Amino acid sequence: MNILPIILIDGIGFASWLFLVSAGITFIFGVLRILNVAHGSLYAIGAYLGATFILGLPGQEQRSWVTLPLLLLAAVAVGLTVGPLIERLFLRRVYGADEVIGLLTTFALFLILEDVVRLIWGIEPYLVDGPFRLFGRVRVAGVAFAGYPFLLTGVAIVAGLMLWLVIHRTSFGRQVTCVINDREMAGALGINVPRIDLMAFALGTFLAALGGAFTAPMMSVEPGMGVSVIVQAFAVVGIGGLGSIGGAALGCIVVGIARAAAVQLFPEIELFVIYALMVAVLLWRPQGLFGAIELRKI
Amino acid sequence: MIETAPRSSLPLAAVATLAALAVLPLFLSDWIVFLIALALAKGAVVLGVVMLLRGGLISFGHALYFAIGAYTVGFLANRFGIGEALVALPLAIVISAVVAAALGLLLARFRGIYFAMLSLALSMILYTVLIKFYDFSGGTDGLSVRGFALAGITPAHPGLVQYYLVLVLTAAVVYVGGRFLASPLGYLMQAVRYNEIRIEYLGASASHAILASYVVSGAVSGLGGALTAYLVGHVSPEFAFWVYSGDFVFVAVLGGTGSVFAPLVGSVAFEFVKNYALKFSPHTWQLTLGVFLLLVIYFQPKGLWSLLTRLRARPR
Repeated sequence: MNILPIILIDGIGFASWLFLVSAGITFIFGVLRILNVAHGSLYAIGAYLGATFILGLPGQEQRSWVTLPLLLLAAVAVGLTVGPLIERLFLRRVYGADEVIGLLTTFALFLILEDVVRLIWGIEPYLVDGPFRLFGRVRVAGVAFAGYPFLLTGVAIVAGLMLWLVIHRTSFGRQVTCVINDREMAGALGINVPRIDLMAFALGTFLAALGGAFTAPMMSVEPGMGVSVIVQAFAVVGIGGLGSIGGAALGCIVVGIARAAAVQLFPEIELFVIYALMVAVLLWRPQGLFGAIELRKI
Repeated sequence: MIETAPRSSLPLAAVATLAALAVLPLFLSDWIVFLIALALAKGAVVLGVVMLLRGGLISFGHALYFAIGAYTVGFLANRFGIGEALVALPLAIVISAVVAAALGLLLARFRGIYFAMLSLALSMILYTVLIKFYDFSGGTDGLSVRGFALAGITPAHPGLVQYYLVLVLTAAVVYVGGRFLASPLGYLMQAVRYNEIRIEYLGASASHAILASYVVSGAVSGLGGALTAYLVGHVSPEFAFWVYSGDFVFVAVLGGTGSVFAPLVGSVAFEFVKNYALKFSPHTWQLTLGVFLLLVIYFQPKGLWSLLTRLRARPR
């Protein structure tokens, strides 16, 4: 049996998932200069809310197309509520401080959100595999694959294109670019910088929740699900270069394919390969594949 | 502001504290004695984190050295039947230092967020290796640590002997750490935090300072991990997981970087708070810790230790 199509298709499925969880991290870092450790928790909140919405449907509806807009709705809801709340209450205070302070603040938020999730949704796992079963199985090159990961790939591509369009083709995107390049000058030119910060963080949160919501049907939604996500996403954005969305996309594909290859060929190093790739890339290019070189302060 | 090395009144306080800790087991239950020993052992790792934090470098992967130290003890006890602390502890220090020297060569090129992310990735590599290579590491089950012995004697009350061992070694670590922070190299690390290019113009090397600090930091952390392995009696891959690293950074920030004692005080406070919070509200203890950390970041950015120094600096 030829394992190449398996590696490619599994790899792309994993890459799509990785892109959804890491695009938000790199976008938020680009605008706010904060590496969001709490991103995994936002992902988990998206997954929980998506699962809650689906479980609210009557039994047979849980396997219908209605579930997909509901998952999207869950992500939008998280982006519009949790995102702005966190930005206003906690992050605004640490802009301009050391990057280290941002890291610690979001680590504290991670600790808080992990427990908030437990308090709201309890510790029992949620199983919502309706949408997953809806897509059934697809045969490609003589091998049967689950159909749902293809939907995830579609979601990731649409999300990536939308992000690109928003940044390059809208007024908001141009303002974001200004803020990234020079916060002070952007403010002097009349751009409402705090509002851009707020919207950027909300958008990043939406992306995390989108990843979570659309992953929910593929796994059991349970406490701690965001904990291991975050380090894998960090590896991807490190490879791609912090702040670069194109870099994150490339990083995802590289990591996704490498991991799928490892699963097939050397299962022992499956998880190892992500971090090893990151270390290798950073040794070769310390700022990541697409990262900008930063000048050291004088 | 440059933070000064411990002044002359501190050693006195330190000796008094040490004496108090030495007689503590006479009055307190075994459980509390164990908790203090555990906190001091982990405090050594936090001190390692603080050494780098003084240079503005945040290591989000110090669980790496914690796990290396712990697994050295675990291997010797479990695979070779060597529970002798006088063999395992020096070995743990040496292995940690060697690994730190090798990885330090890579890490010394990085600053800020990339230093944090790369150290995180390195520790996660060890984590995945420990989990996946079952025959070698016991996988997720970990290894049990049996047969603790000190200088050839297997004590009847290993807990008490281990407590004093931890106490003596912590005192040694504090002494070494204090000397290091007060050395020219230690001051250089603070300068790294403020301005690297000026250091180079002054004829010193920032990378060398970082590398040297990283090796000392790794060695100290490895010792902390090794002691923890004896105390807990079991080692598992979680020791290398990033949440452990986060806890060490958490305690380092909590205590502050102002003194070599701050990490130990912070660590003891952390273990007790965590222990009681877990007991009384198992579902909100992380929340409590997170809120506490936020308060420290917003209102006491130099850590809780700075409260103490400010109190002492107040004119009487």
